[in-house]
Amino acid sequence: MAKRGSISDFDWWLLLAVLALAGIGLIEIYSSTIHTKYAGLHMRQFYWVLLGLGLMWIAVLIDYHYIIEHVPLLYLFGVLLLVLVMVMGQSNLGSKRWLGYGAYSIQPSEVFKLILVLTLARYFSERRNRELGWLDLFQVGILVIIPFALILAQPDLGTALTFFPILAAGLWLAGIRWKMVVTLGLAVLLVLPLGWFVLKPYQRDRLMTFAHSDADPLGRGYQIAQSKIAVGSGGLLGKGFLNGSQNRLGYVPHRHTDFIFSVVAEEQGFLGVIVVLSLFAFVIFRSIQHARTARDRYGVFIVMGVVALFAFHVIVNVGVIIGFMPVTGIPLPLVSSGGSAILTTFLALGLVLNVRMRRYVN
Amino acid sequence: MDFRYFFSDDTKSQIRRIPVVERLLAGVFIVLAAGFAYLQLVESPRYLDLAERNRVRLIPLVAPRGRILDREGRVIVDNRSAYSVALMRENVKNLDLSIDAIAAGLGLDRAAILDRITKFKHTPSFQPIIIKEDAGGADVAFVEAHRLEYPELEIMLLPRRNYPVNGMAAHLLGYVGDVTPEMLGSKEYANLQAGDVVGKSGVEFTYNDLLTGKDGYKRVIVNSRGREMGKLEQVDPVSGRQLKLTVDLDLQRVAEESMTDRSGAVVVLNPQTGEVLALLSHPAFDPNEFAGHMGAAQWQAIQNDPNRPLLNRAIQARFSPGSVFKIIMATAGMEAGTVTPSTSYHCAGTIMLYGNLFHCHGGHGHGTVGLHQAIVNSCNIFFYNVGKTLGIDRISYYAHKLGLGDKTGIDLPNEDPGLIPSPEWKRKVRYQPWYLGETISVSIGQGAVGVTPLQLVRSLGGIAIGGIFRQPHLVDGQQNEGITTPNSNPVDEKFDLRPTTVDEITRGMWGVVNEGGTGTRARLPDVQVCGKTGTVQVVGSGAKVKQTAGSEFGNHGWFVAFAPREHPEIAVAVIVEHGGFGGDISAPIVHEILKTYFEKKHIKPSPHVPLQLTAMPKELAVSHPGSKRVVN
Repeated sequence: MAKRGSISDFDWWLLLAVLALAGIGLIEIYSSTIHTKYAGLHMRQFYWVLLGLGLMWIAVLIDYHYIIEHVPLLYLFGVLLLVLVMVMGQSNLGSKRWLGYGAYSIQPSEVFKLILVLTLARYFSERRNRELGWLDLFQVGILVIIPFALILAQPDLGTALTFFPILAAGLWLAGIRWKMVVTLGLAVLLVLPLGWFVLKPYQRDRLMTFAHSDADPLGRGYQIAQSKIAVGSGGLLGKGFLNGSQNRLGYVPHRHTDFIFSVVAEEQGFLGVIVVLSLFAFVIFRSIQHARTARDRYGVFIVMGVVALFAFHVIVNVGVIIGFMPVTGIPLPLVSSGGSAILTTFLALGLVLNVRMRRYVN
Repeated sequence: MDFRYFFSDDTKSQIRRIPVVERLLAGVFIVLAAGFAYLQLVESPRYLDLAERNRVRLIPLVAPRGRILDREGRVIVDNRSAYSVALMRENVKNLDLSIDAIAAGLGLDRAAILDRITKFKHTPSFQPIIIKEDAGGADVAFVEAHRLEYPELEIMLLPRRNYPVNGMAAHLLGYVGDVTPEMLGSKEYANLQAGDVVGKSGVEFTYNDLLTGKDGYKRVIVNSRGREMGKLEQVDPVSGRQLKLTVDLDLQRVAEESMTDRSGAVVVLNPQTGEVLALLSHPAFDPNEFAGHMGAAQWQAIQNDPNRPLLNRAIQARFSPGSVFKIIMATAGMEAGTVTPSTSYHCAGTIMLYGNLFHCHGGHGHGTVGLHQAIVNSCNIFFYNVGKTLGIDRISYYAHKLGLGDKTGIDLPNEDPGLIPSPEWKRKVRYQPWYLGETISVSIGQGAVGVTPLQLVRSLGGIAIGGIFRQPHLVDGQQNEGITTPNSNPVDEKFDLRPTTVDEITRGMWGVVNEGGTGTRARLPDVQVCGKTGTVQVVGSGAKVKQTAGSEFGNHGWFVAFAPREHPEIAVAVIVEHGGFGGDISAPIVHEILKTYFEKKHIKPSPHVPLQLTAMPKELAVSHPGSKRVVN
């Protein structure tokens, strides 16, 4: 029953929006790095985007049912990579996240986001027509907790947190009952304080900073404070390309990666912000439409898993920029500089396009 | 494997649950957009201001103070550039974490740093706080090497006051320091701000307005690490006015050297003009230490030093004039007509007056003494009688007229007026009647009489030129073109003395030095020196303690002199505390100073002053008549 799909069913509009976002990303990376030691990074990003498009194309061509079939293998492969990171990963700024050497390294935790989407899609799709029970929850819990723990140990809280929206979306669509939601919610509330002790000191710092971001603008709240200044000073129309003082003079930290949206906000103003947010909303809601028309439950769960992952990144990243959320270290999909993230995002959107191409047509 | 798909074809139950997700996401996006709208549309002006404050930094360019020169244009005080480590409060990330490392790296005290921060609490945070002055190479290296960890540290090149070493002329020059909060509140310092440097004492204080330059500033664009990326505007600082003093560095140096390890004061004046040629007080302090931010402990130590190095003994200490006062008595007596050159009294070594036994020095007495011999040998008994005849009211009147008991008006702060007692003063201040016995004590400069060395030298110098008491000053308008100093119109006091009085007094003082009197050691071979010794007994707590030179209760030795005898142009007062007899300890110092003055004038003019050959015979001619008179 595997469908070939046809090019006429390919969603060119979605691809166009994705390319627009990637293009904006290149421009903003150029603006935020041109006068720094990272100058030229936009070209590297450009090659990553090209590579991402290639991978996306492959992800579109291979029938997603074929991929779903090999989920157990993918899952085992992914866990193996995470274990390898633990054993022989490269250290950077106190955490081991990369496999490989120098520029040619990948972040297995990034790849695992997709593996988890596929794993949960298969699990939830193949449950018989019965209500979601505690046994399911337990089984899913095991599947999630293993990679989650491995990634948390790197430590990479930001990536580990992205598992929650994927899981939540899956549980919701699988028909979780309110009673269970409440019970789970209470359980999480009880466990949360324990989590505090698992966090590394810098992670606690970030949370504390978020809680009192205005108390100490020159201390740990520096990043958020400077980011807000960049955003606020951008005004309606922005200061113009290459003209943001917060950007140019280096007041916004990590401005070509996690804080790149503050550069957009400062240089392109509120209008630029609305354009970019609209593009993201377009990608998200158009993808959700593809979930509705999916041929089968696999398709629904894959698309909605990707949507959850993608939307979570956008919302958390943008929320951090304006101080709505603590600093988590989550990049803005398609825009932030970073190879692994670009590849993962293109692969994920490739899966959405894949499902759409093989949609159910009357 | 196909059977699995059979169960997964039905997606209705999933699709039913999608709208909730959509609504949730739409809600979140609207909230985010609203957040941006608030920051970028509503709060935009505030954040624009913050961004501008990030970007633009105002860097003060401190103007150097004017240099201070001596009368010949030699530099006494100038400025040097020194590195300072400044704390930029705007760049502080977490001082609690960094302060210990900073303190250790710069060799500072943690508490001292915090102290300075507290002191500048109310100043705008963009203003740098200097935490270490005169930073050395190691400090600069430390700051440069830790730019990332401690962006709050900054190296600044600032002008610093450079005073002579060893505290030379410290009291007359004064010192500079940070403007205090109290000063900032006052009107005359209205245009200053915290951290500015002002003169705190001496000439630095009196002429602060002239010496202070006008600070400039530059507005620069800085990056997040505080590094300058471009300049928007610069206003150059304007250096303060250069100030030329009346002081002669050569005389000052000789005076300093002769007073080494001694406590006391020296004042050298030109009685004809009131110019102060040298002025010192020992023990001194090092003004260079005050130019920085002196630690509280160091300040306390100087303040509480029992030797009181901060006290300017030349103008702020009230000394008993001792026998030097006899010159005032003799002048008063002759002016009042109670004493004539032929007046004589019998000195038997002691005398009973008003029921008290008064002593002369030397034990057996001087026999019958006239005025001249009384001055030359400093006979107490003679002046007891002068005082008894004059009475306290007339003594007080003449003493004031001759320049004692009132401020001289010198251009230095906190001058002491001294004290000339009178029955009225005693009633008002001590609530007691005047005892006639006190008049006898006053007659030889004891009792409540108090003078500053400056007053005494001005008084005797003024008597020597016929009763003109010039206002002493360190700066005058003639030497500083375009500067209106407080002394441009000196308030001189005149009290015309009869020529016979001046003649007789001068002759007496000449005898003190040249007729085997008490001041023989001040004698010069070519110049007619006139002087008067004084020795002040220092009384310890209640009991008279053995008076040994150098001990805490040793006598203070005075010597006040002028020269040449005719048309005196230099007057010197020297007091050495606990130094012994004035003739022994102070007269040689006067000798050195006068020798230097006249050698310089007649034999060795300063290299850069052209030789004035015509002036020499004229000066020599002045001193000749004097020497003839001696033969008479």
